[in-house]
Amino acid sequence: MNRIAVTSEGPSVNDQVDPRFGRAAGFVVVDLETMDTNYIDNGQSQVMAQGAGIQAAELVARAGVNCLLTGYVGPKAFQALTAAGIKVVQNLEGLTVGAAVERFKSGQVEMAQAANRTGR
Amino acid sequence: MITAVASGKGGTGKTTVAASLATVWDGPVLGVDLDVEEPNLHLFLQPVIQGSQMAHMMVPAVEEAKCTYCGACSELCQFKAISVFNQVILTFPEMCHGCGGCMAICPEKAISSGQRELGEISWGRAGDVGFLAGKLRIGEAMSPPLMRMVKTRLDVMLAAEGGDAIIDAPPGVSCPAVNAVLDSDVILLVTEPTPFGVYDFILACEAFAPLGKPMGAVINRAGLGNDAIYRFCREKGLPILAEIPYDRAIAEAYARGRIIADLSAGLKSTFVALRDRIRDLTKPSQPQKAAHA
Repeated sequence: MNRIAVTSEGPSVNDQVDPRFGRAAGFVVVDLETMDTNYIDNGQSQVMAQGAGIQAAELVARAGVNCLLTGYVGPKAFQALTAAGIKVVQNLEGLTVGAAVERFKSGQVEMAQAANRTGR
Repeated sequence: MITAVASGKGGTGKTTVAASLATVWDGPVLGVDLDVEEPNLHLFLQPVIQGSQMAHMMVPAVEEAKCTYCGACSELCQFKAISVFNQVILTFPEMCHGCGGCMAICPEKAISSGQRELGEISWGRAGDVGFLAGKLRIGEAMSPPLMRMVKTRLDVMLAAEGGDAIIDAPPGVSCPAVNAVLDSDVILLVTEPTPFGVYDFILACEAFAPLGKPMGAVINRAGLGNDAIYRFCREKGLPILAEIPYDRAIAEAYARGRIIADLSAGLKSTFVALRDRIRDLTKPSQPQKAAHA
């Protein structure tokens, strides 16, 4: 687990975790070894009528992350993330991106076994 | 001639008008329920169903042994119905719009046509009136694909039997509503003179006007609300083809599944006049004689 993506309302670790995955504003990608971050804008998925979760999964998969920290994930996105070999940690809304990363590093998180939102 | 009975707002009386119009039609006519998400024309026409078939749409079925995970299908699909992640290919059949693009673009010919059930198409007769309807499968999110299949059957029936068709369209102004009026020769917009009715009527006018079809308004529950709808129609030059009074007896008859043109001689003549005005609307307009000064 050296690269993780966090759904974020903005580009920095001080921004809030965006509770949504598919329609998150963007993803802060953190390299856990160097703690370097970069930001992936998710505006393209936000404007999709359907399939935002699948597209967002494609985006984070392309960024080469092993784990995703977020608030909640729908069933199609969860299936896609699983296919991409990305572990998912849910229910981290209300934290900053930095705090979510710290919680992940401390090991006080649980890997999700299923989506925690129903699809439409 | 195909007449589409549409509206912006739901519950303004599309089905009431469509059913009554079909029963007073002067010639062979098909009543077509294209409100496939909640079809109810049959409740009023009470047809004897003579046949039905399930409708399906093609969706991708991947033969994974042939797939090289090149991602061409995934890149093409605008609806994320097929997606490639490293060495895994996923399909989401419920997202598919059935365009067949993934099958065409796959260099390995690894994608063939699977099926998604859309719903059921049924047809029959109610006395002199023919009947055709689509009913969307519960859980199916997209109605236009089924609507297109109902319309294909309508074309076949009209070609075989001749006559006209009256389409009971879904409410609103989004894809299903536009799909329902797209192939019509004339659009009736049923509304009511309430603020909601007026607001959605204006949206419907704006959505359908670019189609360039003759349009007219039917004002249901006339007497209720205010005169905003009349002013709007006057300003836009939109003809008001009929008014149906706001009357408890009509509501009671509707609730019993009756056709309101059968309620009274007055209502019958309202619909006969509506029919004639629809015909007039679709007649090619006479070339205006040039006014010589």
